[in-house]
Amino acid sequence: MSGPIRIQPGETFTLNVGPQHPATHGVLRVKMEMDGEYIVKAETVLGYIHRMHELMGENRPYPKVLPNLSRLDYLGAMGYTHGHVLAVERAAGIEVPERAEYIRVITVELNRVASHLFWFGAFVMDLGGFTPLMYALQDREHILDALEGITGSRLTYCYFRFGGLCNDIDDEFIARTRALIPRMRKSLKKYEALVTGNIIFRKRLEEIGPISPEMCRKYGATGPVARGSGIDFDIRKNEPYSVYPEFDFDVPVYHECDSMARYKVRMDEMEQSLRIIEQGLDKLPDGPIMPKRKPKLIKPPKGDYYQAVETARGSFGIRLVSDGTKNAYRFKLRSPTYSNMSLFDEACEGMMIMDALALMGSLDLVIPEIDR
Amino acid sequence: MGAYFSDIFFGLKSLFIGLGITFKEFFKPVVTVPYPYKTIKMCKRYRGHIELIEDEEGNPKCVVCGMCERTCPSECIILGSKAVEFEVEVKGEIKTKKKKVLTKYDLDFTTCSLCGQCVESCNFGALTFSKDYNLASSRKEDFHFDLLKRLKERNS
Repeated sequence: MSGPIRIQPGETFTLNVGPQHPATHGVLRVKMEMDGEYIVKAETVLGYIHRMHELMGENRPYPKVLPNLSRLDYLGAMGYTHGHVLAVERAAGIEVPERAEYIRVITVELNRVASHLFWFGAFVMDLGGFTPLMYALQDREHILDALEGITGSRLTYCYFRFGGLCNDIDDEFIARTRALIPRMRKSLKKYEALVTGNIIFRKRLEEIGPISPEMCRKYGATGPVARGSGIDFDIRKNEPYSVYPEFDFDVPVYHECDSMARYKVRMDEMEQSLRIIEQGLDKLPDGPIMPKRKPKLIKPPKGDYYQAVETARGSFGIRLVSDGTKNAYRFKLRSPTYSNMSLFDEACEGMMIMDALALMGSLDLVIPEIDR
Repeated sequence: MGAYFSDIFFGLKSLFIGLGITFKEFFKPVVTVPYPYKTIKMCKRYRGHIELIEDEEGNPKCVVCGMCERTCPSECIILGSKAVEFEVEVKGEIKTKKKKVLTKYDLDFTTCSLCGQCVESCNFGALTFSKDYNLASSRKEDFHFDLLKRLKERNS
């Protein structure tokens, strides 16, 4: 197949996908102008679950915003909280103990694997295969159990604090995580045989849903979407933060630009995350998890601060403008899925509807994060 | 033509590999729990709603400093107190002093975001997380907890 087919708008009808539709993974509405099975024009409509997280970040003191960040993306909550604490720590000049940073990286990577596992199950389910979801959720359950043991919650962790963490990790967590790594590696091989090699799955994805690197740059797509289009960009490597420079890991990049490339990037990323977790557990230093001297009231000096982190879905940025008071003056969130989703309108033109839904699945949309 | 047949052959083979994997899963141990009949014990750090801790005499440890009320991001804690006079012996003399006693500890669990900052902010170790998770209800009032009442019920 060579590229999307451009068709002339003739007699068309409008199809509403969503706001309540299993393929949209949340309350996203796509208005599609259809010519038979082909999409002539698509328009994504947002705003059904807007909760004003940015405003909430501005009208209350910094520590009170902490739980909000995990409500952005309920599948990879750890990464978003990491971005927030790093931004405020940079603004207020709080030093973080090394042990706390290592634990942060380990939990963030565990959460990334859990998020990708859920995406994997849901994506295959979008394409009509139900069984892999069960296997993926079973593996994810082990990760959630390990994280629940230290944080106390399973989904919306509020684990990081400005300067460190609220709880130290225990031996049980370390033992669980150590046991989890070989099990995950075995499972990844199982998925490879069960799903990646499957002929129906391959025919649904290969050379379908092309997203060119130019389109990624135009819309600001990041994360696995950009890496599946051959753009080698990962904040963990390009703009290192936290203790990531001390880890040895690769950034998987595929140049095929199709849905299959994006799938492969995420499957490889899980493997790389396991490598980071393994190294993190080996190198884990002793010491405190909260700094000795920490300001009671967080009042960053006047200024403009920015911190970007690589979450499971792409690069997440926080712009913090402080006017010297205990509330932020501006609290801007740059969420990766918003940019990734905005290219959907252009990418799906001329595609068949089932291919477009497969493309949407490969973008890994989490709607609460788009509509923050 | 050859590519066509090899496509069919390898395609069919891939389907049988998948079927083999799902077939093997049949003989693996069951990982789920039949929930209402069997439950999993919550882990030590499980974050449920908050609960007051009592001292040796059965009174709440809380001294009504109001830190939890102030740190709560959702503003779901409301405290009530009254001043009580009591007598203490200081250097042989009996003096009357005033202290605050907790009369009301209301938790509006409908807005609680379970961040745990109230428990961390408590300098007197008067708060803890409960391990309750069977909290489903169709009435909003069931989630307005009177923690003082719960403490008394627990003691009686």
